Amino acid sequence: MKITVKGLRASFGDNEVVKGIDLAIPSRQITAIIGPSGCGKSTFLRCLNRMHELVPGATCSGKVLLDDTDIYQADVDPVLVRRWVGMVFQKPNPFPAMSIKDNVVAGLRLTHRYDRKDAPDVVERALRQAALWDEVKDKLGQPGTSLSGGQQQRLCIARALAVNPDVILLDEPCSALDPIATARIEELLLELRRDYSMVIVTHNMGQAQRVAERTAFFLQGELVELADTATLFGRPADPRTADYIAGRFG
Amino acid sequence: MRRPIDLTSRRDGILAERLFPWLCRLGVALPLAMLGWLLLRVFVDGVGRIDGSFLTDAPSQLNAKVGGLGPALMGSLWLIVLTSAVALPIGIGAAIYLEEYDRRSRLASLVELAISNLAGVPSIVYGMLGLGLFVHTMALGETVLAGALTLALLILPIVITAAREALRTVKDALREAALGLGATRWQTTRQVVLPMALPGILTGAILAISRAIGETAPLVVVGAVAFIMYGPDGVDSPYTALPMQIFQWTSNPKREFLDNAAAGILVLMATLLILNGFAIWLRNRTQARRT
Repeated sequence: MKITVKGLRASFGDNEVVKGIDLAIPSRQITAIIGPSGCGKSTFLRCLNRMHELVPGATCSGKVLLDDTDIYQADVDPVLVRRWVGMVFQKPNPFPAMSIKDNVVAGLRLTHRYDRKDAPDVVERALRQAALWDEVKDKLGQPGTSLSGGQQQRLCIARALAVNPDVILLDEPCSALDPIATARIEELLLELRRDYSMVIVTHNMGQAQRVAERTAFFLQGELVELADTATLFGRPADPRTADYIAGRFG
Repeated sequence: MRRPIDLTSRRDGILAERLFPWLCRLGVALPLAMLGWLLLRVFVDGVGRIDGSFLTDAPSQLNAKVGGLGPALMGSLWLIVLTSAVALPIGIGAAIYLEEYDRRSRLASLVELAISNLAGVPSIVYGMLGLGLFVHTMALGETVLAGALTLALLILPIVITAAREALRTVKDALREAALGLGATRWQTTRQVVLPMALPGILTGAILAISRAIGETAPLVVVGAVAFIMYGPDGVDSPYTALPMQIFQWTSNPKREFLDNAAAGILVLMATLLILNGFAIWLRNRTQARRT
């Protein structure tokens, strides 16, 4: 298991939105998290790389083991956690003042691990991994925001890959994209699965079925059911899961 | 029964619709006319006095036709530089702390309350504070440094507020992007947030400084001198400033000195205009880069 979550609770002020979740995320697989809005799935995801605590008033407790180390241990540096566990956000957020090329190496440059000599290789490798190279190789100097929404999101994936993480968290990465751009991202995720462990939060149940080996169903801050994707959608064990995937609520 | 469709004879709201734009135009025209009138009067009276030596020479107390506002202009420049050097780092630093490091904490809201109150305190009160704190307690005496520190206190709330507004225009998504890549708070602030907010911060800073240039009351209190032959040659020099010099000329019993005051006003206005124009240029550049 790449990540093992034990008894995770997360709150905004007095409002507890993740209420004691145990969940294991296998290496080099995609785990999908589905559930209605407000079920705590995004908050859960943001606890996995210590982004949750950046929101003023946000707290959490419990254990999140990355390999064998609890990322909430006192001596762990949250900044380093985020270098191992990367994140792709709901809306593509390339840095507007930077070119395509600079966006890719932004993570290295921000953290002063940037080497001008290696930059072209890093840029090409990350953009190839993100299946964006062929579309942008002749305009690397143009602003990242000049790309289409789907390309921007793949640029953000390339940017996350360039810092060489082990795990990639994706928070509804296609919810701002059209179906064609979505299909390209899904294709890309299936490629990346060979090298990275991924967790994807999605509203799109079709997407979970297309990309994820395993799917977890969250409801009101609790994990209702976790199973391999075919089982969860084919023969859900819990009636609430069955109701949700049949579209009877949510 | 079909009703005949009437598309031509509305009777409601006609007067207000006609009247309101004219009221608005009047509202725009009045302050413009007053400013224009002031500028014209000052220009007619003062333009004859302005030449190279008026900008550089020391004032004469006997003859209004000779001398100039050299020491006051130099004093104002010294004040601008020193005030900026003190108020900008502190003000921008405070804004960064409040927006980037300690958002929505109790301390932040306390500071916010203090700032919005300080912004409304009359400038003469800042003068009293400067007199007590800088001139006496810190024993700086009646020096250009004490004056600059007092002006820095005066504009600090404006600088902080403007810088916070500028920082707030930077989207949180960009902060999260940088932090999510494993950047520290400072790396994020320094390399992502500040470059985006900088033109806005500078615009606010320049507007704050142009406020400081025009201030007279606090300088009177902290001991800017009314008559001096030389500009400052160090932070511990006695000094005067443009508005002080203008005030001194207008209070001279000889009528000819009023022309000097008008010329001084022209110089002060030109300085303000240059600074404000620069601020507007900066702001436009920001907007261009955001699209």
